[in-house]
Amino acid sequence: MENLIALLIGAPLLGAAVLLLGGRRLDKSGHWLGTLLAAVSFVIGLVLFADMLGKSADDRALHQTLYTWIPVEGFQADMAFQLDQLSMTFVLLITGVGTLIHVYSIGYMEHDERRRRFFGYLNLFVAAMLLLVLADNYLLLYFGWEGVGLASYLLIGFWQHKPSAATAAKKAFIVNRVGDMGLSIAIMIMFTTFGTFTFGPVLAATGEASEGKLTAIGLMLLLAACGKSAQVPLQSWLGDAMEGPTPVSALIHAATMVTAGVYLIVRSADIFNAAPDAQLVVTVVGAVTLLFGAIVGCAKDDIKKALAGSTMSQIGYMILAAGLGPIGYVFAIMHLVTHGFFKAGLFLGAGSVMHGMNDEVDMRRYGGLRKYMPVTFITFGLGYLAIIGFPGLSGFFSKDKIIEAAFAKGGTEGWILGTVTLIGAAITAYYMTRVMLMTFFGEKRWQDDENGRPPHPHESPRSMVIPMVLLAVGSVAAGALFEFSGFVEWLEPVTGFAHGHSPISAAAVTTATIAVMVLGVGLAYVQYGRRPVPVVAPRGSLLTRAARRDLLQDDFNHAVFVTGGTHLTRSLVYVDHSLVDGVVNGTAAAVGGLSGRLRKLQNGYARTYAVSMFGGTAVLIAATLLMRAV
Amino acid sequence: MNPVNYLYLAALLFTIGAVGVLIRRNAIVVFMCVELMLNACNLAFVTFSRMHGNLDGQVIAFFTMVVAAAEVVVGLAIIVSVFRARHSASVDDASLMKL
Amino acid sequence: MSANLAAYTTSTGEAFQFWVLGTVAVLGALSTVLMKKAVHSALSLAGTMIVLAVFYLANGAYFLGVVQIVVYTGAIMMLFLFVVMLVGVTAADSLKETIKGQRWLAAACGLGFGILLAAGIGNASLKDFAGLGTANSAHGGNVEGLAALIFTKYVFAFEITGALLITAAVGAMVLTHRERTERARTQRELSEQRVREGKHVPPLPAPGVYARHNAVDIAGLLPDGTPAELTVMQTLRKRGQIRDVSNEALSDLKALEQRSAERLGREEEASR
Repeated sequence: MENLIALLIGAPLLGAAVLLLGGRRLDKSGHWLGTLLAAVSFVIGLVLFADMLGKSADDRALHQTLYTWIPVEGFQADMAFQLDQLSMTFVLLITGVGTLIHVYSIGYMEHDERRRRFFGYLNLFVAAMLLLVLADNYLLLYFGWEGVGLASYLLIGFWQHKPSAATAAKKAFIVNRVGDMGLSIAIMIMFTTFGTFTFGPVLAATGEASEGKLTAIGLMLLLAACGKSAQVPLQSWLGDAMEGPTPVSALIHAATMVTAGVYLIVRSADIFNAAPDAQLVVTVVGAVTLLFGAIVGCAKDDIKKALAGSTMSQIGYMILAAGLGPIGYVFAIMHLVTHGFFKAGLFLGAGSVMHGMNDEVDMRRYGGLRKYMPVTFITFGLGYLAIIGFPGLSGFFSKDKIIEAAFAKGGTEGWILGTVTLIGAAITAYYMTRVMLMTFFGEKRWQDDENGRPPHPHESPRSMVIPMVLLAVGSVAAGALFEFSGFVEWLEPVTGFAHGHSPISAAAVTTATIAVMVLGVGLAYVQYGRRPVPVVAPRGSLLTRAARRDLLQDDFNHAVFVTGGTHLTRSLVYVDHSLVDGVVNGTAAAVGGLSGRLRKLQNGYARTYAVSMFGGTAVLIAATLLMRAV
Repeated sequence: MNPVNYLYLAALLFTIGAVGVLIRRNAIVVFMCVELMLNACNLAFVTFSRMHGNLDGQVIAFFTMVVAAAEVVVGLAIIVSVFRARHSASVDDASLMKL
Repeated sequence: MSANLAAYTTSTGEAFQFWVLGTVAVLGALSTVLMKKAVHSALSLAGTMIVLAVFYLANGAYFLGVVQIVVYTGAIMMLFLFVVMLVGVTAADSLKETIKGQRWLAAACGLGFGILLAAGIGNASLKDFAGLGTANSAHGGNVEGLAALIFTKYVFAFEITGALLITAAVGAMVLTHRERTERARTQRELSEQRVREGKHVPPLPAPGVYARHNAVDIAGLLPDGTPAELTVMQTLRKRGQIRDVSNEALSDLKALEQRSAERLGREEEASR
C-alpha cells in the first residue's frame, strides 16, 4: 500500500511532463489526458482511504521512502512521504476538487489556443500540492510549497498577453517570496535546534527546545502561512490573482493552495502548542484577516474579487481556529474542507456566469440571471447558503464549531475572538447576499459588448455544469457528513483534540450565529433587494471607498516597502558611488598619480639608470660594512 | 709607506671613473671612464698580490686586461655602428626606453 | 732597514715615487672626466695608464707593467684615438648637464661610494704585507711564475679568454661590416644615372670660396652669397663641421668701410 503514495504524486506529475514537453501534437487530446491523470490520482487516493479506514485509528499512518534526497553527513533529507489522516483529508480534497475542476476546465477553456499548456500547469499544481501535503519532512514540504507557488504564478499569468495578468502573477510571486523566506528561516532554525527536519523527530522533540526558539520557529512558520494563505499583512496578492482563469481561482486561490498555510500550522501543532505567544499571534492574524477580507468583500463590484475577499476572510477563520490550539485544529481542517467545496462551487458558478455574459465581471452589469441560468443559479445558491452558514448546510457546522471554539478559548481573549467571529459571520452573510442579489435577482443591467451585441445569457455546457452540481452536493452534505461521521475522532490521532469550556452554551452560540446571519442577510436585502442597484457605483462612504481599494493595502505596501525600498536603494547607490567607488577610485587615482611620478624616473636615459645602479651598489656596500661592524 | 696607499689610490681612481661614466654624454669618453675603472681594479689586484705574497692577483689582473681588450673591441665597434646610423655618439640620444 | 720593518713599509724612494706619480694619475683621471674634447680625454687617460704601469713595476708585477704599456697605452688607447678620429676630433662636447639633478646625484653617489671604499680598506686590518720576493723567485722570475700559474691553475680560464678574444674580434667585424650586395657601380654608370635623374648633371661643385678660403670644410657661396652645403664632403656635413664664412665677407666689408671712413675722416680733418 505504501508504494501507492508515490503514484499519487506521480500521475499528475507525469501528466504535467507529457503535456508541457509533448508539444503541439497533444493539442487535440491533452486536456483529456490531464483530466484522466488527475482522476487516476483521485482513485488511488480513494483506494488508500479505503485501506486506511480498515485499520485501527492509531495505526493509520503510512510511510514511503523513495531515496535519500540529500545524502550529506549530518544533513540528510529523504524523498519520503507520510500519509496520515491529515494528509489523507487533503489528498482527497485536492484530487477530488482538482479532478472536478479539470473537467470544468475542458468546457471553460474550450476556445483557448493554449489549453494543453493550461492542463499541464494544472497537473503540475496538483502534483506539487500533493507533494506539499505528503512530505514527511519540512524540506520536502518546502519543495512542494515552492512548486505550488510556481504553478500559481504560471496560472495567474496564464493570459500573459494582458499586462494586468502578468503584473498580478509577478505580484503574487513576490509577495509569496516574503512568506517563503519565513519558511526557509523556520527550517534553518529547526535544523540548528533539532538537527533534523523530519516531522516525527522534530515534533517529538519540541519539549527539549527552549520556548524562545519555538516561538521564533512558530512566528516564521506563521509568516510563511501568511504569504501562502493571503493573511494580513501578506494578503495583497490574492485579489489580483483573480486575473487568472476562473478554474484557477476556484482550485488554487480558493479551495486548495491558499489553505496550505492552515495545513502548515496544523501540521506543526506541537510547536505551536509549546509556544503560546506564537499561538496568540496566529489568532490575532486570523481575526484581523477575517474582518479585513469580509469588509473588502462587501465593497467589490467585481464578482471574482468579492469572492476573493470572502476567501481571505474564510481562511482567516481557519487560521484563527488553528491558533486556538487543540480545541481548534480539527475545526480548522473541517472548515477548510467544507470551504473547499462551497468556495470552489461559488467560483465555478461565477465562471459560468461570466461565460454566459461575454466575460463581464462587474456585478452591476448582471441582474435577473436566475431565469437564464437555472442550474448555475441553484448550485451557486446552495454554495451561498453553505457559506453564510444556513442551518444544515456544511458551512453551518464548520463555522459554528469555530465560533464555539473561539469562545471556549476562555477569558477576555475568548470573548474578543468569539465576538470577532460573530461579526465576521454577519458580514459574510451581508456580502454574499449582496453578490447573490446583484447577480441573479433584480432587473437586467446588461451591457452590450464592444461590437454592440447584447449578451445572450445561457446555461453552460455539460462539462461545466456537472462539476458545479457535484460541488453543490458537497457543499450541502459535507458538513453534516463530518459532523455525524466522527471527523473529530478521525483527525484526533494526528492533531490532538481537547474540548473547550465555553462560557456560553453551544446552543446559545448557534442561536447567535443564526441571528447574526439573518441580520446580515436582512441588511443586504434592504440595501440591494428592495431598491434597484445603480449601474454606476455610488461614491460611497470613506470606508466603502477604502474597501474598494482593498483597504489601502497596496497604498500601504507602496508607501512603506516600494518607496522605502527605493529610498534605501538610492541611498545605497549613493554610498556605493561616493564611498565604495570613492575608495576604489581614490586608490586607483593614488596609484595612477604615484605611477605618473614614478614614470618620470623612467626617462629612458641610460645614465639615470646607471646612477640608480651606482647608488644601489653604494647602499649595498654600506649595508655589508654595517653588518660586518655589527 | 704602507702599500695600502695604492689601494686608496685605486679606490679614488675607480670613483672618479664611475662619476665620469655618470656625467659624460659622449659614448667614447664614457668608455674611457670604464677603462679607468678597470685599471683601478687592476692596480688593486696587483697590490693585493704583493701584500699576500702570491701571483694569483697578477693573473687575475692579466685576465682583466684580456677581457678589457675584448670589451673595447666590441664596444668601439658598437659605437661606430651607432654613430653611422644616428650620426651621434651621445648616450642621451638613445633614450627610446622611456614611455 | 730590518726585515721586520720591511713587512709593513716600503722604501722611501718608492714612497716618493708614489706621491708624485699618484698625483699625476689622479690629475690624469680627473682631466679624462672633465676635458671637453674626446682627444684630450684619451691622452689624459693614456698618461694615467702609463703611471699605473710604473706602479705595477714598483709592486713587483714586471710582466703586467710591460703588458700595461704595450696593450693598454699601445693598442687600446690607439684604438680609442682611431675611433675618436672617425667620429670627429674637433667635436667638443658640451659639459652642460641636460638631465635634471644628474650631476648632483652622481657627485653624491660618487662621494659616498668613495668614502665607503676608503672606510672598507681602512677597516680591513692590513698592517703587514708579504712582498713578492719569494713568489717571484720560486719559478725563477715574475714571468715564469705567472706562466706557471696561467698554464696550470688557470689554464681553463686562459683558454676561455682566448675564445672570448676571437669572439670579440668576430663580433667587431660583424658589427662594423657592411655587406655589399651588388657590384660597385663604375664611374660611367654613375654619370649615366645622374643624367637619367636629371639633377647634378655636371660634377659636384668644389668647396671653398675662391680667392678667400679653399679649405674643404668651407661651403662654396652661391651667387647671392648663401653657402651651398652641397659643396662640402658628406662626412663633414654629417659631423656638422662646416665652417660658415658667408658672413665673414660681410663683416670684412663692414670693417673695410669703417676703416676707409676713419681714414677719410682723418684726411678730412687733416685737410681742414
